[in-house]
Amino acid sequence: MKISIPQAAPHVRNPGRVPSLMTTVLIALSPITLFAVYQFGWPALNLIGLCLLSALLFEILCLYSTGKPLDTYILDGSGMLTALLLALSLPPHAPWWIAICGSGFAIIVGKHVYGGIGQNPFNPAMLARVALLLSFPVEMTHWTQAAPLLSTAAPSFIEGLQITFQSSTAFDGLTAATTLGQLKTDLSQGLPLQQLTEQYFQPLDSSLGLTAGSLGETSSLLIAIGGLYLLRQRIFSWRLPTSFLGSLLLLSTTAWILAPEIYASPLFHLTSGGVMLAAFFIVTDPVTSPCTRRGQLLFGTGCGALTFVIRTWGGYPEGVAFAVLLMNAMTPLIDHYVRPRRYGRSRTGTPIKRPLWRRIREFFYTQPKSPSSGSDK
Amino acid sequence: MIPSYRQIIADGLWHNNVVFAQLLALCPLLAVTSTATNGLGMGLASTVVLTGSNLLVSSFRRWLIPEVRIPVFILIISTLVTLVDLVMNAWIHELHKVLGLFIPLIVTNCAILGRAEAFASRQPVLPAIADGLMMGAGMTMALVLLGACREILGSGTLFAQAGLLLGGSFSVMELVLWQDYSGVLLMLLPPGGFLVMGFLIAGKRLVERSASRSRQALSAKTIDPTIDN
Repeated sequence: MKISIPQAAPHVRNPGRVPSLMTTVLIALSPITLFAVYQFGWPALNLIGLCLLSALLFEILCLYSTGKPLDTYILDGSGMLTALLLALSLPPHAPWWIAICGSGFAIIVGKHVYGGIGQNPFNPAMLARVALLLSFPVEMTHWTQAAPLLSTAAPSFIEGLQITFQSSTAFDGLTAATTLGQLKTDLSQGLPLQQLTEQYFQPLDSSLGLTAGSLGETSSLLIAIGGLYLLRQRIFSWRLPTSFLGSLLLLSTTAWILAPEIYASPLFHLTSGGVMLAAFFIVTDPVTSPCTRRGQLLFGTGCGALTFVIRTWGGYPEGVAFAVLLMNAMTPLIDHYVRPRRYGRSRTGTPIKRPLWRRIREFFYTQPKSPSSGSDK
Repeated sequence: MIPSYRQIIADGLWHNNVVFAQLLALCPLLAVTSTATNGLGMGLASTVVLTGSNLLVSSFRRWLIPEVRIPVFILIISTLVTLVDLVMNAWIHELHKVLGLFIPLIVTNCAILGRAEAFASRQPVLPAIADGLMMGAGMTMALVLLGACREILGSGTLFAQAGLLLGGSFSVMELVLWQDYSGVLLMLLPPGGFLVMGFLIAGKRLVERSASRSRQALSAKTIDPTIDN
């Protein structure tokens, strides 16, 4: 008997379960991961490997200690995704214990303390990144100039191991500030912005990823390609990234037009730092973002606005992670107040008035009630 | 019904521990426990106030009119706190400089008012004193434990500045566990306090669960000796 694949409404099934969802996101992240390895060489590979491996171990530990079935949860890939996102948000030459502490924090405190997958109020990768940034400010802001793999400037395999595992400083002379960090420092010294941006901000380099920064945040273009693939696969709706980027764009454009000597250009805001990575892979986390359409718009807008505020007036040069965590904390509130309208009711819950033409038609066509039916009551 | 002393001790130190079971006194807990010494000082000061207030409230309990009992409790507690504050300022001035801001806040510590209301105003003087001592000891234990965890992780030392609190001869307690330790700054900040407390409470529950399991296994054995056969 030939079984045809159902095409019509009640029989069609979405193959999307957690593992396939996570696999799709991992596929979307692969270009930026490969580019990070190419760009930052062996230390980057070490960090990514360490994050994935330690996340796996912590995941097994947590599942074992809470008595959950290992086989269903270990293979769903959510821990791997968290670890990869965390690795992509680390500085390339971070020592090994940063990776392990980060994965441990993300998996244990960020995820399993709340009850495992789907229960966490905060994005585990961003939570771990912020915890690392607050705990180890020196190591987490040690940026290196990009040195493509197999080029002469790149650290060799042995040197890569030394950088990751012995915090070797033998291979130095490569440190570089991120564009955001540089901007913050120079602005605080009162230098004019125009001259600064011309000096070290090239939009093309910034979008291609030839700048200093975290592993996976440098190439806005590759991230956008991965994100558009996910959008095509309908993993997330367009509302979250669009409202996030849109509000950041709007605010930075307004500020830039009003006072271009103090505020950086919108292009600068969009292409530098972790904005693109956050827009497509962090903000769109289905667990920690609101579930209604209007709620998602509100959430994305809030993330963008907070990012701009923290970058411009805050103490840290980069504010995406903080902004996302703050809005994650708002998600239950948004979900409480922004609810979909019930059918036949207005948003306040009162029955909707029928449209005028319906009422006129009913007035003319409905039979007047007979007195007998009224007396039955 | 007057609880037995055994029960008072068990309640104060473990079953009804101020911090880990009642979750009271969280304000001083998170504010001062960045080192074990601070925790110890705060715990001892609170114990003194708690014992004193239990003693006074219990002695006055026959004359207390229920409608005004809360103001009376607060008055007693704040008098004692002022005494402790002045005494600490006079004799352990260095530690008072560190803890100074939080000593007056002992007044607002719900644990002390809670014990006055729930225990001392209903029980005779001696059990009330015992309760104050044991609750205070339980709280001190919790504060020291929390402070020690945060201090070890946060700055790599243990009982730093203990000489200030207990006198110069106790400065041998000041340990430096790791030289050149850059420290986990997060543990010294308020979130670290919440994190460590959460893990300690989880640890306490784990111990209780395994204890109740072994008790069940034991009782099953004694009830039905044929199980083993």
